[in-house]
Amino acid sequence: MSTPGANTEATETHGHGDISTGVAAPTGSGDSNASATRITPGNALRPEDIALEVRSGLAKPTEDVAEYALRLGDDALILAQRLGHWISRAPELEEDVALGNIGLDQLGHARSFLTYAGGALGENGGAKTEDELAYFRREHEFRSAHLFEQPNSDFAVTIARQFVVSYYQFELYRRLAESKDATLAAIAAKAVKEVDYHRDHSAQWVLRLAGGTDESRKRMIHGLKLVWPYVGELFEDDALVTRLAESGAAVAPSSIREDFDRLTGEILAEAELEVPDMPAAPGGGRQGKHSEHLGYILAEMQVLAREYPGASW
Amino acid sequence: MAVQNLQSVPAELSPEELEAAAQRDADGQANFDRVMAEDSRIEPRDWMPADYRKSLLRQISQHAHSEIIGMQPEANWISRAPSLKRKAILMAKVQDEAGHGLYLYSAAETLGQSRDEMMDALIAGKARYSSIFNYPARTWADMGAIGWLVDGAAICNQVPLCRASYGPYGRAMVRVCKEESFHQRQGFEILLELANGTAEQKQMAQDAVNRWYAPALMMFGPPDDDSPNSRESMAWNIKRFSNDELRSRFVGMMVEQVRVLGLTLPDSEIRFNEDTKKWEHGPLDWNEFKEVLAGRGPCNAQRLERRREAHDDGAWVRESAAAYAAKQVNKQKEYAA
Ligand SMILES: [Fe+2]
Ligand SMILES: [Fe+2]
Repeated sequence: MSTPGANTEATETHGHGDISTGVAAPTGSGDSNASATRITPGNALRPEDIALEVRSGLAKPTEDVAEYALRLGDDALILAQRLGHWISRAPELEEDVALGNIGLDQLGHARSFLTYAGGALGENGGAKTEDELAYFRREHEFRSAHLFEQPNSDFAVTIARQFVVSYYQFELYRRLAESKDATLAAIAAKAVKEVDYHRDHSAQWVLRLAGGTDESRKRMIHGLKLVWPYVGELFEDDALVTRLAESGAAVAPSSIREDFDRLTGEILAEAELEVPDMPAAPGGGRQGKHSEHLGYILAEMQVLAREYPGASW
Repeated sequence: MAVQNLQSVPAELSPEELEAAAQRDADGQANFDRVMAEDSRIEPRDWMPADYRKSLLRQISQHAHSEIIGMQPEANWISRAPSLKRKAILMAKVQDEAGHGLYLYSAAETLGQSRDEMMDALIAGKARYSSIFNYPARTWADMGAIGWLVDGAAICNQVPLCRASYGPYGRAMVRVCKEESFHQRQGFEILLELANGTAEQKQMAQDAVNRWYAPALMMFGPPDDDSPNSRESMAWNIKRFSNDELRSRFVGMMVEQVRVLGLTLPDSEIRFNEDTKKWEHGPLDWNEFKEVLAGRGPCNAQRLERRREAHDDGAWVRESAAAYAAKQVNKQKEYAA
C-alpha cells in the first residue's frame, strides 16, 4: 500500500507506510532496529559481553538460575525461528521489516539468556556456548512453552501469538529487571524496552484486524482461539520458579497473570473482542514435553550445524 | 520544443492556454538543461523531460524489485544458519533489503507511479529485476558469496548513483550504500571463516565463489557497445560510469580481496592492462544472461511465484488496514462535526 502525496521525499518515508505501526521507525527498539549488520557502539550487554563475563568467571549462574534462563532463552529462540520465516513473505514490506525486527530482538534476548545459562551447564563446572545449547540439545532438553512453538499460520494467528507473548514478556521482564541476579536483571532491563514496542505492534494489529473488514475480524477471532489454549502454561509456577522467586532471583509466573489479563483485556475490549473461552492445554514444555511442532523446528534449525560438528562459522 | 515534452496538458485548450503550456515547457527545459550542465539536482516538483521521467521510473522500480526479489535467496538460509550470531546478521541483512525496497519504491512514487502499480507489474512478470537473483542459493557458503560478490557489485554500481541527478534517487542511494558495505563485509567474513575452516568448508566456499563470480560480473549489464540505455543515462547524470568501466573496477577489487580469503576467482584471464590501466577478465556468457533475463533461469518461476504468494496471501491484511484507516478518518470527522 502506498501513501500518495506523502512521498515527495523518499528518505522520509521509510517504515511509515499507512499500515506500518512504527516498530521499524528510527525511534524503535534498541540496536536491532538499526541495520544489525552494523556494530552498535556503547551497547553494554551484547551476548558477546555476557559470554566474556561467563568465561572469565565474573558471571556464574546457580544451577537453578541456569535452568530458569534456559526457559526464557528457549522461548525467545523458538519464537525468533518462527518469526524469521516471515521475512520476504509478509503481507506488506513494512511488515517484513517489523516482524524481522521483532524476531531479531527475540533472537538477541535468546542469545543472552542462553549464553548466561550455559555458564552452569558445561561438563565439570565448565560452560556451554549459546550455539552448543541451540544446536546440539535434543528436543526433550528444550524448555520452551508450547505457545512459542505454535505455527505462524496466517498473519492473524501470528499476531495473536505476538499479542499474548509480548504482553506476557513485558510483565515478566519489567519485574525481572529488579532481579537479585545481576545478569538476569541486566538482560531483562534491556529486553523490556524492546518488548514494549512488540506490545504496541501487536496491539495495533489486533485493533486493525478486528476493526477492519469482516474477513479480517473473523480471522483475528480465529487466531486468538487457536493460541489461547497455550496461555495458561505461561503462568504456571513449579518448584524451580517458586524457589527462585523466594530468593528474589526470578518472577513467579502466577504473579503476573492479573496484569496480563487486565492489559490484554483492555485491548480486546477496545477491539470489541471477547477473551476466548478455550479450555487450557496441559503444556509441559518446561519439563521437556513439547508440542508436535518443535521437532520440525529443531530439525531445520540444527541441520547444518550438526552436519559439521565442531566446525566454526 | 518536442511535442512529447508537453506535460500535464489537458485535451482541450484554448490557443492562449496552449501557448502558456508551451512556454512552461520551454522554461522547464531551460532549467533542466541548466541543472544538467551544473551537475546539480532535479526534484520531484521540477519540470523534467518525459523521457527522463520514464527512464528513471524504469531504473528505480527495477532497482526496488531487485531488492525485494533479492531477499529470497538469502531468506532461504535464515532458518538453517549454523550459528545464532550468523542467524542474527543474516536476518538483519535480509530485512535491510526490504528497507532498501521501501526507500526505492518511495523514490519511484515521486515520479508518479504507485507502489501497488509497480508491485502488480512485478507479479505479472512485466517488470524486470536483477537477473542474479534467479540463481539458487545452494549452500551456506552462498550467503558469503552473495554478500561478498553480489552486494559488492551492487556497491560498485550504486556508489556513483548517490550523485544521480534525480534528488530522491540519489538520497535513497546514500542510505542504501551505507548498509550495503556492511552487507559486503559480512559476506566476506562468512567466506573468510569457511576458508579457514575444515577442508570441506573451504571447498564449500570455493564452490560458491565459482558459481557466483560470472553472474556477479554480469550484474553491471551488457558490454558498452551493446547497452542502449547507458548513453542516455550518462547524459542525464544518472549513470556516471559505463558498464565495462564499473565491471573492470569491480574485478580489480575482487582480485585483491580474494587473496586475503585464500580462495581463487574462476577466471584465468584476469589481468591488469598496463596500457589502458584497467582490469580485464575472461569472456562472459552473455547468452546465458539473456536466457535468464528472458525468464529461462534456474529460479525465475519460483521467485515470482513466491512474491505473488506473499502478495496474494497478504491482500486481506492490506484491505483490512485500509478499511480500518478509513473508519478512523470517518470517526474523526463525526467527532469534529
Ligand atoms: Fe540492498
Ligand atoms: Fe545488500
